[in-house]
Amino acid sequence: MSGVVGSLPRSGYLAESRYWSAIAFLVALPTLASLIIVVLSLLHPDTEILGHLLRHVLPRVTVNTILLVAGVAMLAGLIGVGLGWLTAMYHFPGSRFFSWALLLPMAMPGYVMAFVAIGFLEYSGPVQTLLRSWAGAEVWFPPIRSRGGIIVVMALALYPYIYLLARNAFLTQGRQALEVGQSLGLTRRQGFFRVALPMARPWIAGGLMLVVMETLADFGTVSVFNYDTFTTAIYQSWFSLFSISSALQLAFFLLLLVFVAVALEYRWRGRTAYITSLSPGAGVVTLTGAGRWVAFGSALLVLLLAFVLPCLQLLAWSIRNGQIDARFLDSGLRTLSLATISALMIAAVAIILVYALRNAGNVARLAGRIATLGYALPGTVLAVGIYTQISGLNGFLNSSLESLTGASPKFFLQGTVLAMLLAYLVRFLAVAYQAVDAAMQRVTVRIDESARSLGVGGWQLLRRVHVPLLRGGLLTALLLVFVDVMKEMPITLMTRPFGWDTFAVRVYEMTAEGQWEQAALPALSIVLTGLIPVIILTRASSHAVATR
Amino acid sequence: MPKYLSAVLAVLVLAAGCAPEPNEVVVYSARAEQLIQPLFERYMAQTGAVVTWATDKEGPLMQRLISEGEQTPADLFLTVDAGNLWLAAEQGLLQQAQSAVLNRNVPAHLHDEAGRWFGLSVRARTIIYSTDRVDPSQLSTYAALGDAAWQGRLCLRTSKKVYNQSLVAMMIAEHGEEKTEQIVRRWVANLAAPVYSSDTKVIEAIVAGQCDVGIVNTYYFGRLQKKDPAIPIALFWPNQQGSGVHVNVSGAGIVKFADNRPGALKLLEWLSSETAQAEFAALNLEYPVNESVPSDPLVAAWGDFNQNLINVSRAGELQSRAVQLMDRAGYR
Repeated sequence: MSGVVGSLPRSGYLAESRYWSAIAFLVALPTLASLIIVVLSLLHPDTEILGHLLRHVLPRVTVNTILLVAGVAMLAGLIGVGLGWLTAMYHFPGSRFFSWALLLPMAMPGYVMAFVAIGFLEYSGPVQTLLRSWAGAEVWFPPIRSRGGIIVVMALALYPYIYLLARNAFLTQGRQALEVGQSLGLTRRQGFFRVALPMARPWIAGGLMLVVMETLADFGTVSVFNYDTFTTAIYQSWFSLFSISSALQLAFFLLLLVFVAVALEYRWRGRTAYITSLSPGAGVVTLTGAGRWVAFGSALLVLLLAFVLPCLQLLAWSIRNGQIDARFLDSGLRTLSLATISALMIAAVAIILVYALRNAGNVARLAGRIATLGYALPGTVLAVGIYTQISGLNGFLNSSLESLTGASPKFFLQGTVLAMLLAYLVRFLAVAYQAVDAAMQRVTVRIDESARSLGVGGWQLLRRVHVPLLRGGLLTALLLVFVDVMKEMPITLMTRPFGWDTFAVRVYEMTAEGQWEQAALPALSIVLTGLIPVIILTRASSHAVATR
Repeated sequence: MPKYLSAVLAVLVLAAGCAPEPNEVVVYSARAEQLIQPLFERYMAQTGAVVTWATDKEGPLMQRLISEGEQTPADLFLTVDAGNLWLAAEQGLLQQAQSAVLNRNVPAHLHDEAGRWFGLSVRARTIIYSTDRVDPSQLSTYAALGDAAWQGRLCLRTSKKVYNQSLVAMMIAEHGEEKTEQIVRRWVANLAAPVYSSDTKVIEAIVAGQCDVGIVNTYYFGRLQKKDPAIPIALFWPNQQGSGVHVNVSGAGIVKFADNRPGALKLLEWLSSETAQAEFAALNLEYPVNESVPSDPLVAAWGDFNQNLINVSRAGELQSRAVQLMDRAGYR
């Protein structure tokens, strides 16, 4: 009897592992197919165009893209980690307020911040006009439409990803880190650099990875700045040089950059060590003297630049040019429902993927990597990849229905919500995955083992043990995806069903013609709607901290 | 095939929505919604026909037409810029429309020679200047904006915008590639600021004093002039002794696999008619393509000009070469 019991879980476990591998590959399939479409394009080079691109375009966009990504990652990392440490470990004037308020810029899309910053700060904008009226026409002002300008704008728009994850790590580990440091005779500062920071590395790396991928895939912000990167070059080859194959070949070079980023992150993340958290919040030090005002000043500065000032400018434009009509309300309703449905669906798939990878072998891990690559694919390329797959499926379904019934039906999966949701899934799975996976890392193998020894396995283990432990990570995943879907532009534009306008579509229609003031109201609406989940998350997380 | 599969498929048909009604005209439009909606509503009220439309960028719309193929619900494809219309025809997305009405209403250089698309409004891309700092007698041609006199005084929009690609394509048609590249290089050398993302920003930069001259589509100037009639900017019609002002069109063609070809043709003819033309052009302060229809008073006040009579489809044929030329010349 005992022999039978002893062998059963093992064979059951193996079968289960194969089952989970299959799920992981299924989740990775749409992304994999899109990647294959990109790689296959290399077989049909458009020699003349590709020659031109290699000579006149590729060198410039490669340098531009690398410098942009490096600059944004460094600056956003500095802001995110610095403010995360400050608000997690110190009391200073307004520290409780800043701890959640610094997440607010997450609701501000990069392209919105870009057009506000340019409108506000360029030569014909109010700031420089005022300066000239005081100091004469020759007064110097740093050019906003420059590499430095776009790096600052994108870092301000993207730092919350790092802030959120780093702060989370510091809150749960900071005190132990400092205690370890003190026992080794380190000062608080040394403790930060030599213990707390290395321990928070998986979280910071996860946040940095999101920032790097957002930057690589960005189209809206770089367009407003007219800063040439891979995404603009892909777009240009496609729609101006009329060469989809060269566009896909450029996409391939972009993918190489993504792989480099993934490899770097993998090495840098290094070996991870996790400890159970004790009571977070303890060990917080109250800053005194100049330190408290430096902390206050830097938090305030970031909040002003990344959120308050852009919002005020949008508000001013909206009051002057905004128009609330039936169409506006309709697009609001669509925006909300789309973002909600997508967030729920993508978070659910993320849990399944995380869980599948935990229970499957090394080969399935590859599937996990592939499934989360969609985040770094430019939306336009991805939309076409998905669209091609869906219309292929559609043609197959139509012809099989015809052969079955004799009638020739006409229906479309492309241009339905289904195509749109699938594209969102591929694009944003990485976001939800990172959050859920980071939380899952803390569910130790020992927890699994004890659960299994009590006869709890498979779905039961997921439902009864992991989901409650993953709550925080899940909430983060829901929030991030909700906000991302709401901000998303190219996929929405390309795959939305008839008459489906969202706020992002409205912003696009206006900014495409340079009517930035008219774009302000829908843009402001994106920001305000995005605030709702941000506030829910911050309340929930402070509640969790308070009751733990 | 198993029974349950057909049941699944039947459900999918219901879920995915049914084929459009027979007298419905489905329009894919890259022209902005607020510029077409009033016309379609008037057409529906007048004729009882049903028009539905989806607006998007021209690239995704064309991609959608390609991947939908024979199954497409679209009957009419409406877009801006002759380059896009040429491309749609070139990719086999449009079919010929033999129509005496269209041939009468649309001048020959503003429609496809094979009748696959027809211009519906004319957009002139011309020179603007600061009335405070520029004497218009110094201005003559697009090419002359490369002269040393305009060093550090010129503002341009990005070369990524198809309007500039069409302009340079038409310059290639006129001057040849070598001379055009020289002209573009000299423009770039004269720039007062990095190129702008929109025509409106170019005009604002001239108002603010960052530069003195620029090249824009007239309706962008019209919008600003409507807001501020005293704006210190004026239009200049270049190349009047030679090839004429560069013009482009917004226009439409019947989709190759249209279900409702007669309905699409009727709508297209109506859009080119006297009834619709004034509003079609005036909604965006453009010029009517139908020469018997007067322009909006604000537009008419800018005066008459000779336009370039080379068929606008040349802009499409030469667009890829124009883009590569601008890449080489460092025009971003």
